[in-house]
Amino acid sequence: MRSVLGQPGGPRLVVGCVGIVVTGLLVAFVTLMHGATWSTPGETLAGLLGHGEQTFVITRWRAPQVSAALVFGAALGLSGAVFQNLTRNPLGSPDIIGLEASAFTGALVVTACLSGTAAQVATGSVVAGLAAAVVVYALARKGGFSGMRLVVIGIAVNAMVTATNQWLVIRADLEVAMATTAWSAGSLNGTDWHDVRLPFALIAALAVGLALSARTMHQAALGDDLATTSGVRLGPHRLALVVLGVGCTATVTAVAGPISFVALAAPQIGRRITGSAGVPLLPAALTGALLLAASDLLAQTLTRPVPLPVGMITTAVGGAYLIWLLVMEVRKR
Amino acid sequence: MSDPGRRFSGLLLALAAALVAAAASLAVGTRTVPLDEVVRAFTDYAATDDHIVVRDLRLPRMWLGIAVGAALAVSGALVQTLTRNPLAEPGILGVTAGASFAILLATALWQADAQAAQLVAAAVGALAATAVVYAVGGSSPLRLVLAGVALSAVLGGLGLGIRLALPDVFDDYRFWSVGSLAGRDQVPLELPLLVIAVGLAAALLLVPPLDAMLLGDEVAHTQGTRVARTRTITLVVLTVLAAAATAIAGPILFVGLIVPHLVRRLTAGSVGWLLAYCVVLGPVLILVSDVVARLLLPTGEVPVAVVTAFVGGPVLIWVVRRYGAVDP
Repeated sequence: MRSVLGQPGGPRLVVGCVGIVVTGLLVAFVTLMHGATWSTPGETLAGLLGHGEQTFVITRWRAPQVSAALVFGAALGLSGAVFQNLTRNPLGSPDIIGLEASAFTGALVVTACLSGTAAQVATGSVVAGLAAAVVVYALARKGGFSGMRLVVIGIAVNAMVTATNQWLVIRADLEVAMATTAWSAGSLNGTDWHDVRLPFALIAALAVGLALSARTMHQAALGDDLATTSGVRLGPHRLALVVLGVGCTATVTAVAGPISFVALAAPQIGRRITGSAGVPLLPAALTGALLLAASDLLAQTLTRPVPLPVGMITTAVGGAYLIWLLVMEVRKR
Repeated sequence: MSDPGRRFSGLLLALAAALVAAAASLAVGTRTVPLDEVVRAFTDYAATDDHIVVRDLRLPRMWLGIAVGAALAVSGALVQTLTRNPLAEPGILGVTAGASFAILLATALWQADAQAAQLVAAAVGALAATAVVYAVGGSSPLRLVLAGVALSAVLGGLGLGIRLALPDVFDDYRFWSVGSLAGRDQVPLELPLLVIAVGLAAALLLVPPLDAMLLGDEVAHTQGTRVARTRTITLVVLTVLAAAATAIAGPILFVGLIVPHLVRRLTAGSVGWLLAYCVVLGPVLILVSDVVARLLLPTGEVPVAVVTAFVGGPVLIWVVRRYGAVDP
């Protein structure tokens, strides 16, 4: 546990993580029950195990979307934790500082110009996300590095990139635009196994990479001087983290569109539940999975039978969470 | 630097720019009208296609742009002066998001598509958003920005939900909801223009007390300025201006940030000059952005807010870099 999290894991960490996992699985199970009519828990369980008349519906229609919510949520949580550690700021997450919106620009451009395959779209979004990360970082470093300045510069970049995305969506033909409108709000509706195979593999690889560099990340988060004295080479290490973090966000965005605020909220909620000192990766990933699965359940049930894009729910809920975070910060003083 | 002569000639230059922008907004578009034909549309009206386009379609849109630009720029200048926060702006602080969400809500609940009702809803929503953002953000410039961004996100998500849930009601709002001057030609303009004019006049009356307050609240108090009352009135005026602009054009960000910062050095220490420049240059920014928006997509319309956001991003970056680490 210690090597994965980069810091000692007390009993509260274990209890917290188990609690999040159990809640997440419960939410996922309820989502599996949801359809045109609700299935009973017994039917759902039988369907999952491969017998009963609802097997096809549950394993082919509902299961892909539920697993996408869990895996993508975990990826977003990981990405948020990486950038919050890098910027040493709870607000420095990829959805706030414009990386997610840029990844979406890449996906849009590739779709519009190359009518691309899934792999091309994913590559485009990773490249655009990395470019945005470079731009934000370059603009934010002037006479020393300030996390807060980086956040506000990121907000500015986010505004520009979002404007570009709107222009691209409006430019697209009307029919394409109707499809991209749901996509540009961030949606998991209608996901099938075919859509998620590649992203799942990518996210698994990225997660392994992150687990290996977690220890160094937490040392670096303590401060440049301390990290250097303990033998961390900051330059290459940061670059690797940025690539891994952008990879997580961009992979999700290429498939589901920009799902905002999961990356912002998950690491902080996970940190509080597990009572951790820094921003550890594992609770962030688990909380992200829970948050996105719960948001997707809400998105499917709130306006039955028409499902909403899940990004709308995460934006509203995550924004409310951000306000709460700010209120708490004011109260503390 | 604070030479009145320089300020005056600068203002003349700004007025010239406004004239050019206004002429461009009458001439440029899907159907480009030569300038002499634009002039003839007013002096020697002959009901040709060109004349009709200029007088019936583009002229109202030009007035709309002028009113929205002046309202947003002055609103931004007032909020920056009031909070002494270089990052403050009605769009960034969530005021426009509050106004547009209130309009969506009022339309969804009561089919309130009367203009007066929409203006009232916008003002109420804007005031509520201002109150929430200030309650959350407190006195820290950066936290205010974050509170505004967060509130805008919540309201944006909820607003999108309302629009998706009731697509029929909101078909007309497709352009408005992203901030645009398009498709508002048929809407009567008298009431919103009147509200904006009253707001601008009120802003003028606020110049002396705000000037006094530049030196600090205590100095202003000893000079006989009622600080608390001035603050409240300023807050109401800037909110109403932003709300009225939002009610006619939808949420447009960054105008209130860009314009005051462009003239900040020239007008340093004088609220009156700052507002004068804002009244002239706000419309220039909106009109030019609107012309660019028309050129970006000749077959249709790019919302003007897309252009201002694209121009506004770099300005925000510049401000943040210039004013250093604005820590909480």
